[in-house]
Amino acid sequence: MARITMREAISQALWEEMERDPSVFILGEEVGVWGGTYAVTKGFYDHFGGERVRDTPIAEAAIIGAAIGAALTGLRPVAELMTINFAFSSFDHIVNQAAKMHYMFGGQMVLPLVIRAVGGGGRQLGATHSQTPDAIFAHFPGLTVVAPGTPADAKGLLKAAIRSQDPVLFIEHATLYQIRGEVPEGDYVVPIGKSTVQRPGRDVTLVTYSKMLEISTKAAEQLSKEGIEVEIVDLRTLRPLDIEPVIASFKKTNRAVIVEEGWKSYGVGSEIAARIYEEAFDYADAPVKRVAQKEVPLPYNRTLEQSAIPSVEDVIAAVKEVLHG
Amino acid sequence: MEKTEHLKLYHEMVVIRRMEEKSAELYQQGKIGGFLHLYIGQEAVSTGLISMRRPEDRVITAYRDHGVAINCGLSAREVVAELMGKATGCSKGKGGSMHLADVSKNFWGGHAIVGAHLPIATGLALGDAYRGNKAVTICMFGDGATNIGYFHEALNMSAVWKLPVLWVCENNQYGMGTAVDRASAVSEIAQKASGYGMPAMRVDGMDLMAVRKVAGEMIEQIRAGGGPMLLEILTYRFRGHSMGDPERYRKPEEVHHWQENDPIGIYRKYLIDQKIASQAELDQLDDDAQAVVDDAVAFAEASPEPAPEDLYKNIYVEA
Ligand SMILES: Cc1ncc(C[n+]2csc(CCOP(=O)(O)OP(=O)(O)O)c2C)c(N)n1
Ligand SMILES: [Mg+2]
Repeated sequence: MARITMREAISQALWEEMERDPSVFILGEEVGVWGGTYAVTKGFYDHFGGERVRDTPIAEAAIIGAAIGAALTGLRPVAELMTINFAFSSFDHIVNQAAKMHYMFGGQMVLPLVIRAVGGGGRQLGATHSQTPDAIFAHFPGLTVVAPGTPADAKGLLKAAIRSQDPVLFIEHATLYQIRGEVPEGDYVVPIGKSTVQRPGRDVTLVTYSKMLEISTKAAEQLSKEGIEVEIVDLRTLRPLDIEPVIASFKKTNRAVIVEEGWKSYGVGSEIAARIYEEAFDYADAPVKRVAQKEVPLPYNRTLEQSAIPSVEDVIAAVKEVLHG
Repeated sequence: MEKTEHLKLYHEMVVIRRMEEKSAELYQQGKIGGFLHLYIGQEAVSTGLISMRRPEDRVITAYRDHGVAINCGLSAREVVAELMGKATGCSKGKGGSMHLADVSKNFWGGHAIVGAHLPIATGLALGDAYRGNKAVTICMFGDGATNIGYFHEALNMSAVWKLPVLWVCENNQYGMGTAVDRASAVSEIAQKASGYGMPAMRVDGMDLMAVRKVAGEMIEQIRAGGGPMLLEILTYRFRGHSMGDPERYRKPEEVHHWQENDPIGIYRKYLIDQKIASQAELDQLDDDAQAVVDDAVAFAEASPEPAPEDLYKNIYVEA
């Protein structure tokens, strides 16, 4: 195994899938000559050519619409949205077309398409460019929503997404591209729809995913020095949601904190907390706590922005609260 | 045109140039964060264009908005302070580089989602038409923005309702790294107006006087009830798309070629050739512009950060 960055892991998955299957191609803004705004497709244009690494006009609705159409013909498009904030410009095609066509036409139409989109805040990009709307997309049946938090999962889940017969929204986090981790070489596939325990522990269950896995892990390391052992369950896929590992962990620790970057209201944490109460109410020793973004559009000013995004300290405080009340 | 007006416009262009150069430095020093899109090379576009508006005319643009803000009468102080995220910035430190605005000066903002402000411009013009105001909305956007649906929806609606909008495409040859002809089926953006039965013009955006002439005529025709029009202004950005652009998509020779057509140099030469201003007078304006920018930076550096509780301010209108 090699220790590589998240960027390299994603890039590797794309490269290997394109080598393996000629029906896989990439389309999006600046994916070709530029090499990808986040450099994920650097070198692809020279190697695979402009037919398979297609620079598009700035036209998000047409990018996703064209990806749907191409997928219907049996191709496997990987459409890149420069940031997930631009998914709102193609919202109809994602949630109203891609998510519904297989069902609505009685299973006749198959859309094996992947939408890669970069999300997250913390880079002073202002209110329109810093969002974490993952929960919104996870609301729609028919759409698969994946959001990895480690390089290995990124590689394995992206391969699974490209091979999936269903439309998959694959959410990357802008501030995770540099993180490093062990990633198996070659054909490494992680099944979609499986949550996993990233760190075992006995005292509190911490449910999280994507960037907040990094924040939660840091919190867990500090808490461990104080003798508090949290168990981190990484959701990895938001839809279809694999709640079993969360429930199993909760039945052991009897306490849970859910950490997400998006807003708290109607968020991922709301769903997880409800599922815990529905399925393991009798096991609760304390109310479930949610750590999430303050309910404001993210401001440009660095200090204000940072104060709105969940921090290691916020997670530690929440864990102590569910432990000690 | 009065000499004082000429000198004012020259001064404005140099203020923008110096402010942008300084902003690049502040960005390198980590004092400006996020995305920073510089206006260097395009100064004659908005300086010429905005000089032809009346105070009641509304201006709205994309995220490449620092120059436009200065032309609309915002002070360099409140612009630089906003770039540095300070409470004294025009958007109180919450907007940053891409979201400058001053409604009191009829500057309705920089907007960061490509094309999203075009339908909003349609609405601004609708507001004026509804009330019978004789105001024109000037909506600026890039060449890349003409490929997104918003552009087409907004132009069409404005034409159907004969709204007073001047649609201004700043064709700087690229949308990020994509050359116009790689993303647009027609590389003459002005042609796109014909789909909406709209008159269109093209003008050299490195020549302030040419921009003024064409823009002025169009704005007054629109004000007189001529309906919306499209103006394509040909220009070039001398710097990368934003800070940290690897610029793999264009050759240094191409950039140098355009830099020889520096809009400030061209206007300066015009002023001297036409004996409107002397070398010494213009040198003095250069120094004044530098002083304006130095003062703005000092002001911004000394300004306070927003208060922590400002995080929750302005989410909704307070009763
Ligand atoms: C809807 C949307 N898609 C993509 C982007 C990312 N983006 C920001 S600027 C830009 C290029 C725009 O080019 P152009 O309209 O020519 O303006 P210029 O930067 O040249 O002034 C892109 C693709 C965005 N902000 N909004
Ligand atoms: Mg452009």
